[in-house]
Amino acid sequence: MDLNFTPEEQSFRAEVRAFIDAHLPADLRAKVLEGRRMTKEDYLRWHRILYRQGWVAPHWPKAFGGAGWNAVQQHIFHEECADAGAPALMPFGLVMVGPVIMAFGTPAQQAYFLPRILSGEHWWCQGYSEPGSGSDLASLKTRAERRGDVYIVNGQKTWTTLAQYADWMFCLVRTDPQARKQEGISFLLIDMKSPGISVRPIIMLDGEHEVNEVFFDNVEVPVANRIGEENKGWTYAKFLLAHERTGIAEVGRSKRWLKRLKAIAARERACGGGRLIDDPRFRDRIAQVEIELMALEVTTLRVIAAEMEKKAPGPEASLLKIRGSEIQQTLSELLMLALGPYAAPYQPAALDAGYDGPIVGPEYGVAHTGLYFNMRKTTIYGGSNEIQRNIIAKMMLGF
Amino acid sequence: MDFNFSDEQQQFRDSLMRYLREAYDFDARCAIVRTESGWSRAVWQQLAELGALGIALPDAYDGFGGDAFDTLLVMEAFGHALVVEPYLATVVLGAGVIADAGSDAQRAQVLPAVARGERLLALAYGEPAARYAPNHVSTTAKKQGDGWVLDGHKAVVWHGDAADQLIVSARTAGAVADAHGISLFLVDARAPGVVRHGYPTQDGLRAAEITLSGVRVDAEALIGVQDEGLAPLEKAIDRGIAAVCAEAVGAMQAAIEQTTAYLKTRKQFGVPIGSFQVLQHRAVDMYVHAEQARSMAYLAAAKLDAPRNERRRVLSAAKVLVGQAARYVGQQAVQLHGGIGVTNELAISHYFKRLTMLALAFGDVDHHLGRFGEYLEA
Repeated sequence: MDLNFTPEEQSFRAEVRAFIDAHLPADLRAKVLEGRRMTKEDYLRWHRILYRQGWVAPHWPKAFGGAGWNAVQQHIFHEECADAGAPALMPFGLVMVGPVIMAFGTPAQQAYFLPRILSGEHWWCQGYSEPGSGSDLASLKTRAERRGDVYIVNGQKTWTTLAQYADWMFCLVRTDPQARKQEGISFLLIDMKSPGISVRPIIMLDGEHEVNEVFFDNVEVPVANRIGEENKGWTYAKFLLAHERTGIAEVGRSKRWLKRLKAIAARERACGGGRLIDDPRFRDRIAQVEIELMALEVTTLRVIAAEMEKKAPGPEASLLKIRGSEIQQTLSELLMLALGPYAAPYQPAALDAGYDGPIVGPEYGVAHTGLYFNMRKTTIYGGSNEIQRNIIAKMMLGF
Repeated sequence: MDFNFSDEQQQFRDSLMRYLREAYDFDARCAIVRTESGWSRAVWQQLAELGALGIALPDAYDGFGGDAFDTLLVMEAFGHALVVEPYLATVVLGAGVIADAGSDAQRAQVLPAVARGERLLALAYGEPAARYAPNHVSTTAKKQGDGWVLDGHKAVVWHGDAADQLIVSARTAGAVADAHGISLFLVDARAPGVVRHGYPTQDGLRAAEITLSGVRVDAEALIGVQDEGLAPLEKAIDRGIAAVCAEAVGAMQAAIEQTTAYLKTRKQFGVPIGSFQVLQHRAVDMYVHAEQARSMAYLAAAKLDAPRNERRRVLSAAKVLVGQAARYVGQQAVQLHGGIGVTNELAISHYFKRLTMLALAFGDVDHHLGRFGEYLEA
């Protein structure tokens, strides 16, 4: 038993930190720390910086152009990036479809797609959810009919994150309507420039354009863009869901938010004039979430340690999702509450970089209330927390 | 980073768990609780022979030189089996203070006897008006000749009635809540002037109110530095916190095992009640609490030797999270058992009662949330 990082791991951390210090552009860092609106180019700038360093895919094997790091190194890298205020790396290519292509793709698919995921040339989006298929994903209805060496795709996907930027979509489609619902699904890679695809924005409760509906009207997809076998798509989809286990807890980002919360609570005044952080009720709420985050961090490290020893995954990934999302929500709520009455002004223009107009209330607070609203998604997406509980219950009880 | 126990630790845990499974099932435990002393000397001797009493004591004094994670293994196993013997009082708290702050003579006199199972200790630091503050000491120790005379009332001293020796905090200088001016004394529990009123606690263990009236001890009874007893006392309490966190983790695991077994077998409406989603999710939340608590128990053990502020910050964090988990798991274990859960007949209510007391031990959730809050900007 030793909860400390080894000297090698500590020097790895120092190396990562030094690189980020030297290469993370100050304007990007400021945007992330202040929660301002990010553009496609913002994400890609950081992506390309890491790509040039060979670090953009920490978990990919070296043979495919990844960094080939182990689970502990990956954790350290993500923690340092989050702490420094580096933009998030979009998971759709790197974390989601990339490993599927590595495991199940043809050599031609691997040779074409993987380098373009690494370089950032292709922005990917995820075509899973449909209007009638949320938690019951396997009931999806988007049809793909084989006609020679193409599929004709018709239907609709929804909640498609940042599809407005996407070059490609990995998509679950129904290829056998007669089969049991999990058994008639195929996994297609679809060029978003294909004729017949239209993308319609869904404006989220914070007023932002983050997700979309994607419609398919007789879209032709080459059979060569199918992953693996026809009607085996559910297997690949499950592989994808099981792949990303520890990142979902977002411990690094939550630690950064906690730091920000404390700094703001030390500046804000409580009723009566003292510092908000000295108000016993508010202080207890900060203390409570900090303690839960400490525990989650150790739990995450326990899962990583098990991963290093190739122990079979238990229900821990679902646990990390549940607690990680709850903590993100609590932190965002406290960030809003810390502002007092100045949580109210809605100032979307102030979220753009370079905005130099007037701001109502403290400048550091413009993004907080929107963040609180936005974070409600975390207990819903990626398998709602209720679905995660079903998964754990199945392992505990067999029902 | 390594979350594995060594082979030796795993063997030790296996042999301890095997012994408890065979000799310390729920019926055996109830029988022990019903005896006059409320604990079993035979079990205590067995624990000594298994090495459990000496595992974390220094090599030089017939111990095995183990660390906080060895203590954690023992306490987790004890929590799982609801052990009532005075391990926390004697080994973790009592021997811990002597090993940490005692003189060589005190160590030689006390520690080997503890490891052999021939000496019981109790840490008499609480007072009726002190609540959870160890610095609140109104018991006095006045210099008389070469020695000291102790007067005062020590409250809810765990296993104080069984102890051979007491470690008593007493004020040698300053005002009642001052940090400075507290000294620790090793006192013969049967010395003239020591009156012990033993009683059962809610969870089937034992404690005592102890009054000291003109109790004379010699100069060698002083443990550590005069007036500077609070530091070793606080450290002992933090070791106690780490230990009860581990015990709670073991008790929570047992409570969850028993509850899931019940959910799978108990039938209503023609089906096992575990098929109902509302009960499934409750069981899952128990599991989530217990896993987070285990993480904090590990962190607590890892930080016992950290610098004072870091140690106190982490130990308070652990006590808060484990206390909340113990409350949730205990309450829901009873709820999911339905009517049988609120009887004394099934083990589950005894786990609930033990978990409730562990959540209070050394300070409840509010107390430690406040203490943690002192380090919020550290």
